[in-house]
Amino acid sequence: MTNEFWSFIFGRLTWDVLPIHEPILVVTFIVVVLGGLAVVGALTYFKLWSYLWKEWFTSVDHKKIGIMYMVLGLVMLLRGFADALMMRLQQAIAFNGYEGYLNAHHYDQLFSVHGVIMIFFVAMPLITGFMNYVVPLQIGARDVSFPFLNNFSFWMTAGGAVLVMMSLFIGEFAQTGWLAFPPLSGIEHSPASGVDYYIWALQVAGVGTTLSGVNLIATIIKMRAPGMSLMKMPVFTWTSLCTNVLIVASFPILTAVLTLLALDRYVGTNFFTADFGGSPMMYINLIWIWGHPEVYILILPCFGIFSEVASTFSGKRLFGYTSMVYATVVITVLSYLVWLHHFFTMGSGASVNSFFGITTMIISIPTGAKIFNWLFTMYKGRIRFELPMMWLIAFMLTFTIGGMTGVLLAVPPADFVLHNSLFLVAHFHNVIIGGVLFGIFAGINYWWPKAFGYKLNTYWGKISFWLWNVGFWLAFGPLYVLGLMGVTRRLRTFDDPSLQIWFIIAGIGALVIAAGIAAMLVQFGVSIFGKNKEWDTTGDPWNGRTLEWATSSPPPQYNFAFTPIIHDNDAWADMKARHAQRPTKDFMEIHMPRNTGTGVVLAGLSVVLGFALIWYMWWLAILSFVALIGAAIIHTFNYDRDYYIPVEAIADVENERTRLLSGAR
Amino acid sequence: MSSQATTAEGEAPQFYELVPHHHAPHGSTQIGFWIYLMSDCLIFASLFAIYGVLGGNFAAGPSPEHLFNLQLVAVSTGALLLSSITYGFAMLDMDEGKKTGTLVWLVITGLLGAVFLGLTLYEFYHMIHEGAVPQRSAFLSAFFVLVGTHALHVTFGILWLVTLLVQISAKGLVPANKIRVQCLSMFWHFLDVIWIGVFTVVYLMGMLR
Repeated sequence: MTNEFWSFIFGRLTWDVLPIHEPILVVTFIVVVLGGLAVVGALTYFKLWSYLWKEWFTSVDHKKIGIMYMVLGLVMLLRGFADALMMRLQQAIAFNGYEGYLNAHHYDQLFSVHGVIMIFFVAMPLITGFMNYVVPLQIGARDVSFPFLNNFSFWMTAGGAVLVMMSLFIGEFAQTGWLAFPPLSGIEHSPASGVDYYIWALQVAGVGTTLSGVNLIATIIKMRAPGMSLMKMPVFTWTSLCTNVLIVASFPILTAVLTLLALDRYVGTNFFTADFGGSPMMYINLIWIWGHPEVYILILPCFGIFSEVASTFSGKRLFGYTSMVYATVVITVLSYLVWLHHFFTMGSGASVNSFFGITTMIISIPTGAKIFNWLFTMYKGRIRFELPMMWLIAFMLTFTIGGMTGVLLAVPPADFVLHNSLFLVAHFHNVIIGGVLFGIFAGINYWWPKAFGYKLNTYWGKISFWLWNVGFWLAFGPLYVLGLMGVTRRLRTFDDPSLQIWFIIAGIGALVIAAGIAAMLVQFGVSIFGKNKEWDTTGDPWNGRTLEWATSSPPPQYNFAFTPIIHDNDAWADMKARHAQRPTKDFMEIHMPRNTGTGVVLAGLSVVLGFALIWYMWWLAILSFVALIGAAIIHTFNYDRDYYIPVEAIADVENERTRLLSGAR
Repeated sequence: MSSQATTAEGEAPQFYELVPHHHAPHGSTQIGFWIYLMSDCLIFASLFAIYGVLGGNFAAGPSPEHLFNLQLVAVSTGALLLSSITYGFAMLDMDEGKKTGTLVWLVITGLLGAVFLGLTLYEFYHMIHEGAVPQRSAFLSAFFVLVGTHALHVTFGILWLVTLLVQISAKGLVPANKIRVQCLSMFWHFLDVIWIGVFTVVYLMGMLR
């Protein structure tokens, strides 16, 4: 009787699911708890909770939400990278009959969670953070179209991350690889909580991503400053628009396919089972119809960052603005026509494979056009080799090689040899690290002074840059070689001792990257806490060209006291060239949205709902679902959502800026 | 560069908006909601794709001609399509500022939606009673999820509609409520369009198969 009672309350959650027999996890847990207590203690000691809640967690300011996305992405980068280091170590030592230090159960979770975290909770938050921060500033707007929705979207993404982190210590994560293909991910082969963590973490985060996509599209369409026609938009805004179109047009497919997988697991339907007419290949098709656009979701904003960096640090207009825009749009459309190249080996026949092979190769044309545009932007430019420019050049070298190995994989006969090999692993790390991550680093160095009012430390930035570049090739060069020799991915132990040297080199590369990450953290620390800050009093430290540099660093809450009027591409460069005078009087009150805690509440309830579903606590699932709907409805009864910033407050801020500007000259 | 040359001769261009332009309240809401609906449409597109591929996999179980009752579906389809018309009348009354008329037409719309929902639930009950459960075959899984997702949307539509009834009664036809009625209108008609797809692909083509 009592047993039934407890299993009603806790579902299948028992003491046995705690990984107390895994020393690595126990130590990690202790470290996390101690670290967590230290952070909580410090926040309490310095009385920061109320500040955090009022100024950040409940904020609907797109700039603060953008920064929170960045923090989330960087924290999760450390987690995802720790997983990578563990895998590299295991593969470097598990030879000659030695099993290594990770058992199969642990290792399989590692490669799954590494992929999931890096894509969904590192790359996505980081690019969403940039889009949130920069797009409204670049189009001369005061916030996004739906500020509350923006806050809610962030907390849903964070909620998904919380669920993934929970799986480390309560139960387990999926052992299926980052896309959880059935029938392996079906209930028969993965009965434990792992795949359920995967499903509900991605569902919770996916809601946030989709809504943030809707929000940013509406913002870019409706909130541009007067005069900014579509073909006068900065390239980063263009790439953000295309990325968000991709988000809105692909994430629903992920939501649908994960729901169906959940139904297969929870209800016993037969969508992706191998019997009763189900089709596992249907899952693989559908998830890649989301998955291929996803990689362009990640890379397009980075192309935008590089475009801004190229023209700013070459001191001239972007070469071929129009072709850049069209290349972006063409990539957006083509990204939906290539999904099958992820599984040429499915056996759909020569004609189908040829079609998808050719469409894949065609994508390299607009991408190549972009590379030439950046090169011609640099040509005869007055190039300043600041950190963002260095990352651009590293990107062009690295990404081009990654792109070429991609074209190689697009040839179906070659893919039959290289499918699921370490060559593939090397290829996608080559484009994701060399493209997305390098773009993010360029963006961090480029926009940091805008966000915080001072530049990042160059010395440590350069150390990090070189460690990352050298480490990257050390870590992934050997994987190309191993892949060509036929080594498949996701292996835990190896029989052939001649392979070991390559894995050791790759392991050393990972350590060099670790040093690069450490140098980056030092760079942040030195810049934030160091004494000799390179303050930016002008708001335009790089001699920028787009509107975000027209306001102060950091920008005031309302971004622009007077909305700029756009006459030309590179609006701010145009304003500077024609000596536009910033108005210093006759301010008007500004209409702004009010902060709200509803986003935190809704996302918190979603996490509880996800947790309850993972552990079969049906009463809690129903309760939290009802509470979720109830909280959403209660929120709609709040009609008092905005206020006016009084003229005096604006005058104070703007007069201070006037003073700083005159002092700087 | 050309625009610089031309304006340099003329009067100095204005670079800041000294008198703010008028922002319509909720100016982005309709397009934002429309984009959201398109994302929702893709969920249905995926479910239709699933049904298209798996809908013929009966696994030696029951097939459409054994299960579907076209008369019943005709009635529920009629109720749902009629509810779109009555929603249109609610919108017309709202535009004329008639609060009571808006409320009455919305109530009628909600009732018609409830009729549709009741008939769908009856159909589900009937099928499950006959052993045609979602677990029986891929066809039935796809059927229940496609039709069920639509029914779930109608349920949330009714919930939203009831919330709006309370809000209009309390606050009147204020701009914030008007925009909500307009968004729900899009949602409601969207569900009609989806249902026409379901009716055609699942029921009519199912009986022809």
